[in-house]
Amino acid sequence: MKKLTLALAAALSLSTAHAADYVIDSKGAHASINFKIQHLGYSWLTGRFNDFKGTFSYDEAKPSNAKIMVTIDTDSVDSNHAERDKHLKGDDFLDVDTYPEAKFVSTKIVDKGNGMMDVMGNFTLHGVTKPISIEAKKIGEGKDPWGGYRAGFMGTTTIALKDYGIDYDLGPASQTVELELHVEGVKQ
Amino acid sequence: MNYKWPNVIVGLHWLTALVVIGMFASGLWMVDLSYYSDWYKTAPHWHKSIGLILLGATLFRLIMRAFTKRPQAHGTPIEKRLSKLGHASIYFVLLSLFISGYLISTADGRAIEIFNWVAVPALGELFENQEDIAGDIHFYLAWTLIGLAGVHALAALKHHFINKDDTMKQMLRLR
Repeated sequence: MKKLTLALAAALSLSTAHAADYVIDSKGAHASINFKIQHLGYSWLTGRFNDFKGTFSYDEAKPSNAKIMVTIDTDSVDSNHAERDKHLKGDDFLDVDTYPEAKFVSTKIVDKGNGMMDVMGNFTLHGVTKPISIEAKKIGEGKDPWGGYRAGFMGTTTIALKDYGIDYDLGPASQTVELELHVEGVKQ
Repeated sequence: MNYKWPNVIVGLHWLTALVVIGMFASGLWMVDLSYYSDWYKTAPHWHKSIGLILLGATLFRLIMRAFTKRPQAHGTPIEKRLSKLGHASIYFVLLSLFISGYLISTADGRAIEIFNWVAVPALGELFENQEDIAGDIHFYLAWTLIGLAGVHALAALKHHFINKDDTMKQMLRLR
């Protein structure tokens, strides 16, 4: 009986240990959270969030067991224009004094094969939490030249500003924002 | 005894009063403009242009003032000291407004165009979150200046109606 429990425990710990935990390499900036939004319908305005951190777990054999969590410092928004960034951080948009953090926590991952996944989860922005789906693609994984092990993904999703209570009128072409995530994790 | 401020100083005083009130009102108004407002781009452009021109005028005014004989001050010694402190505060807050405003727009290294005539170069980002911190300071200083200007106006009225001296009259060129 004792042996069986031990064996079970060992089996359990093995199966969980199999999905490796990764810390997103925001320190080395091998990760970025970019956004783009239409300007008047005439061009794309791009920007990014400079400060964020996150972790994920991933096992190549069982992608659907993967998990990811990312928190973003909203006041790190950077569109390469101080006056615009000030406006974006103000209460017309992100209201970073009240909502200093945005967050994504995955709830379910659907493996579509060939490294493609749908990452479903809850995205919190401007104090509003809504389920979103990120279309993700594994870019690659393997040893790095410095003794570590890395895995990287990219993902895109589109959110409607109104869904998150941001209703400053930027015009009909600018109702949604496309988010583009590039994450490289270092295995722990 | 009958010495007055020279015309240029008096002119700059009233011009500053006018511009400060205009800048205060336009500043509060322009940050709430809708994206499709005709003024969305123009109002901040003028606000910055006029602000920098007033900075030039203020520096000129301070230099000229330093070399100008002042009219007789009226009131008790305490009132005179308060008046000195009040005027010093007004100049200090005014200059701080110029600096904080400049720091908002130049935080990303962009120059400020004065009516597209000349560009005032930026010093770049001097501290983190510069546009936000400078913006908050600019906002509170603006209210402080309006408050100080109000006290300044009340003090002038007190000189005129209560003390019945010519402090206000000479600034209005009525004597």
